Amino acid sequence: MQTKVENNKAWFLVLPVFLIVAFSAIIPLMTVVNYSVQDIFDPYTRYFVGTEWFKQVMLDSRLHEALLRQFLYSFTILAIEVPLGICVALMMPTKGRGASLSLILVAIPLLIPWNVVGTIWQIFGRADIGLFGAFMSGIGVDYNYASDPTDAWLTVVLMDVWHWTPLVALLCYSGLRAIPEVYYQAARIDQASRWAVFRYIQLPKLTNVLIIGVLLRFMDSFMIYTEPFVLTGGGPGSSTTFLSQSLVQQAIGQFDLGPAAAFSLVYFLIILLVCWVFYTTIMNMQKDK
Amino acid sequence: MTQSSTTPISHNKGITKEQAPVYSRAERKARNANLRGRFGLVLYVVLLLLPIYWLVNMSFKTNTEILSGLSFFPADFTLENYAKIFGDATWYMGYVNSIFYVSMNMVISLIVALPAAYAFSRYKFIGDKHMFFWLLSNRMAPPAVFLLPFFQLYSSVGLFDTHIAVALAHCLFNVPLAVWILEGFMSGVPREIDETAYIDGYSFPKFFMRIFIPLIRSGIGVTAFFCFMFSWVELLLARTLTSVDAKPIAAIMTRTVSASGMDWGLLAAAGVLTILPGMLVIYFVRNHVAKGFALGRV
Repeated sequence: MQTKVENNKAWFLVLPVFLIVAFSAIIPLMTVVNYSVQDIFDPYTRYFVGTEWFKQVMLDSRLHEALLRQFLYSFTILAIEVPLGICVALMMPTKGRGASLSLILVAIPLLIPWNVVGTIWQIFGRADIGLFGAFMSGIGVDYNYASDPTDAWLTVVLMDVWHWTPLVALLCYSGLRAIPEVYYQAARIDQASRWAVFRYIQLPKLTNVLIIGVLLRFMDSFMIYTEPFVLTGGGPGSSTTFLSQSLVQQAIGQFDLGPAAAFSLVYFLIILLVCWVFYTTIMNMQKDK
Repeated sequence: MTQSSTTPISHNKGITKEQAPVYSRAERKARNANLRGRFGLVLYVVLLLLPIYWLVNMSFKTNTEILSGLSFFPADFTLENYAKIFGDATWYMGYVNSIFYVSMNMVISLIVALPAAYAFSRYKFIGDKHMFFWLLSNRMAPPAVFLLPFFQLYSSVGLFDTHIAVALAHCLFNVPLAVWILEGFMSGVPREIDETAYIDGYSFPKFFMRIFIPLIRSGIGVTAFFCFMFSWVELLLARTLTSVDAKPIAAIMTRTVSASGMDWGLLAAAGVLTILPGMLVIYFVRNHVAKGFALGRV
């Protein structure tokens, strides 16, 4: 890697970004911090309560469940999407019309507004008007995502796999395209098996893009709100209520500003912690190269 | 070197005869694997498109037909649902609003992210690593956390229910992403180009506009695509920050629930229309998409 020139004037180039992000990040974040230590009755009556809300949030069993559900969900979709995405990327043609056609087709789900994704699956999964629901009852499975918690959970996972596997696939596809043909020629001369080619040539070259993919998918699945909101509304019961959902319920639905703010901060810190680990890993790996 | 050049030759001589058929079998195997791959891909794409097809199919049906049973093709083909959307300003203005704030966001993100990405890719300065991580950390902030503060902030500065409010709010996650992608692309351009240009007497702004930007054209296209994508699909913030004048189409769609039940046909038609702009955009950047999805970092 080239060494960079030391120059503090570069701050002037970063300043616009700093200002614009600070406006929409630091001010709201300070508002949240402000709420999290006060009990607010109306705009003019408020009391300082210290860490009470944080204690309450940390001990709230509903939030523990939501957090557990969230982790389970994020790991489930990662475990499905990453291998599936790699398989799809390996199958995509590398040259010609087929290549751009498959790129466009595979990318379509990524560009659908998230609530429309929810709507699509809401329709698709209904037994009376949807193909998937009708198919499931056709093969004798008693499937109803609106009343059965397991079905609701599976539908949300299926929806996410449908929606986001293309991202992993496209990332891996671009990683695969960057492998020089010489490597494959060498493998052919060595009579390497298909598996060996994958294990020792393609997979190592994919690590970089896979880290980006896992990072993006983890962050986004951890913040998921719109799709389950449209599909199941967090139900039945609270089987598909993830962190964002309980937060919005608390902040907007019940208007419990204090606890909601404390919850926001804890939530944000968890994401930040996980992503810091990821980020450090990426940086170390780039240093090794 | 000499050793390795002699051994493979002698090695080869011994086994070329036995290997000839093996090679062709391997080739046949590869061809079979290729066919299987094609088949798998087609299957995947079909499964991928099936839910979307179902939506398109439904958008051409009347409500009575939708509720009366399943069919792969609309028996009673109708454009009524689309006509309803294009004939009603409260409906189609939703699309205009969405496109308006998405483009604004795209322009703002690019303008501020370009110089910053250049600084990150070329210079070392106090706090650069922390700054970069702080920017990325905003990409990780769940919109739900910022919902209420945003509402209050934009109300207090009088921006509530304007396009610029949504565009600025979306900068929260789009600007860091834009910086991240552009930095990847810019680091791929050799530094010698900058140095040569300065020696030739270019000033920084002139060099940046005339030489550097054309060099990373495809990176800019890809960044614009990602900004478009994440701003277009986001609903939570857009819905919270608008009420009438700048309401995005995705929020207007909830109107299809009425006292007489769901208007499925209309809902499907509105959904189909939200997919079209995305398809158009991806068609334009299709040649850069492969590189772009690796965010310039392969």
